[in-house]
Amino acid sequence: MKFVKHYLNYTVIGAFTIIFAILSLTGNLSASYAYLFEKVAISIILAVSLGLVVGFLGELSLGHASFMCVGAYLGGKVAQVIADAMGISGSDNFLILILSLVIGAACAALCGFVIGLPALRLRGDYLAIVTLAFGEIVRVIFTNAESFGGAQGMGTPRFDRKYLFVIGFLLVLVTLAVIQNLLRSKHGRAITAIRDNEIAAKATGINVTKYKLVVFTLSSAFAGIAGVLYSYANFNIQPSKFGYNYSIEILVMVVLGGMGSINGSIIAAALITYLNTKLPLILTGDLAVLQNLFYALILIALVIYNNAPALKGFREKYNLKNFWNKIFKPKHDPSKIRDDAARWDVVPTKIEMNEVLSTDIVIDNMGDNSADIGERGGNK
Amino acid sequence: MAKLFEKLKGKSLVRQNIESDYVLETKDLGISFGGLKAAQNVNLKIKKNEIYGLIGPNGAGKTTIFNLLTGVYQPTFGTFYLNGEELRGYAQDKINHKGIARTFQNIRLFNNMTVVRNVMVGLQHQPEYKCTLVESLLRLPRHFKVEKAMRERAKELLDIFGLKDERNNLACNLPYGKQRKLEIARALATNPKLLLLDEPAAGMNPHETEDLMNTIKLIRDKFDMTVLLIEHDLKFVSGLCDRVTVLNFGTVLTEGTAQEALNHPDVIKAYIGN
Repeated sequence: MKFVKHYLNYTVIGAFTIIFAILSLTGNLSASYAYLFEKVAISIILAVSLGLVVGFLGELSLGHASFMCVGAYLGGKVAQVIADAMGISGSDNFLILILSLVIGAACAALCGFVIGLPALRLRGDYLAIVTLAFGEIVRVIFTNAESFGGAQGMGTPRFDRKYLFVIGFLLVLVTLAVIQNLLRSKHGRAITAIRDNEIAAKATGINVTKYKLVVFTLSSAFAGIAGVLYSYANFNIQPSKFGYNYSIEILVMVVLGGMGSINGSIIAAALITYLNTKLPLILTGDLAVLQNLFYALILIALVIYNNAPALKGFREKYNLKNFWNKIFKPKHDPSKIRDDAARWDVVPTKIEMNEVLSTDIVIDNMGDNSADIGERGGNK
Repeated sequence: MAKLFEKLKGKSLVRQNIESDYVLETKDLGISFGGLKAAQNVNLKIKKNEIYGLIGPNGAGKTTIFNLLTGVYQPTFGTFYLNGEELRGYAQDKINHKGIARTFQNIRLFNNMTVVRNVMVGLQHQPEYKCTLVESLLRLPRHFKVEKAMRERAKELLDIFGLKDERNNLACNLPYGKQRKLEIARALATNPKLLLLDEPAAGMNPHETEDLMNTIKLIRDKFDMTVLLIEHDLKFVSGLCDRVTVLNFGTVLTEGTAQEALNHPDVIKAYIGN
């Protein structure tokens, strides 16, 4: 049972990869599905890595697509240059792919580090604004950089569609392994402690700046990896793809999956990517406008569903947890003490802004137990 | 890296260590916010194993002193020493590593984490639980060893406070009195030399207060701890503290044993008025 709880997502994704890899290698998987799976893998990497920042560190980052952009452009470009220098084709070369993944991750991580250094001193809304601005800066730079193809985009090396999604899902497993191992360690505890109460975390001896930087850098590195995958999955990459809307799309995946839940992010990323591919086929003609309304509707519906007092009874009666308990754990006794009983990855997250921003608010002692002399001074 | 940060901040502080018989010694400690001197010329001398009280009317600057001692604010005047080592200018986490731990006036727990995990966060920096980031990411044997050792130690600590049976509950679901105790347990987990308690008995009924007094005495004896506490409940203070300092308007009114200080005319005047 413990094995299933801790390794469920590895098992499911691993099994999925093996099944479809066999299908693909025997030639039973259509190219359109292979492309869909590539996009799903990219989305999962992005959602899980942004979930680390938003759900576990409690900082709002609106520039995740820009780190992906940096990874896609620089990873692709450097790999291409090296391939040219060696006189081989960049496409369908496994070593060049690995090289560009490493370079893309490193460049994005460096950007994350440099941006994080000043930005993580800011809190809440301000960090969101800085990352948002960074996203726009990156987009504009690549739009105007002639050596990267400008607004028309840059041609990228290709990789056989039969194998690329398998590599994508292997990278998803790597991402999951790194992020989950981080969160399950003492360092992960420090990160969730920072989210829950930054002031207390500092007073308990946690180096808040260090952990924030580590998380931000790591998250950017994975965004870079997703970017390189994206550049390999498409014929050419354009800076306009990595705009503000794409960052929001990733954020929607994280929020839809539940902040602070990795498995939720994975499911939401897969679902939204699938809908994204299918909706343009269903909503055609005049209805095509509705596609852009889609994320906004999801976000609004989620916020209302999770917070409306009128829906409280409904939520408690019909939630997935009760359903699960009814089927699998009929005799579950919540008062029973078990070690490790609390699930490490599903913690209710609610970042309260006033709690984060306030310093020590003086709460008066109510005075019902004060003795001898009145405690509230009559200082005239 | 840390050195670079300190250089960038432009604080080329020269710290001087002194010979001191006291665990905590402050010298003319003070801070001014603009023109307002929230604390000035505060001289505290706290011996080892002492329970020391810091009292005064509201707004006297007690919590400000705590914030100065834990690095939340940097002192404008004066300095302070822990076992003769000057700690002025260090960041909060560094001061905690040096050996000052605190609790807060309004409880600040890690609400979405379980009780045992709250205490384990406190154990983070202990040298015996050292485990680098890379070791954790690769899940090397030390990671598992350290995790297990931390959990055992956290359970031991929780046992002292009678919270062992609640260790898997979320911290926010604990009743008020137990939350206070958990906060103290978390502070103790950082293995401090000096424990600062900011109004530990606030909002407690007489029975809980009695219980807390015994707990604090127990901590002092069991951990060989020195405690500095702020409290408004004067029964609590006189029953527990070896010595007290009375503050008013950021300055020291008097100091001495609890009875001496509370019967001092200036103190009565500060509390009740003329």
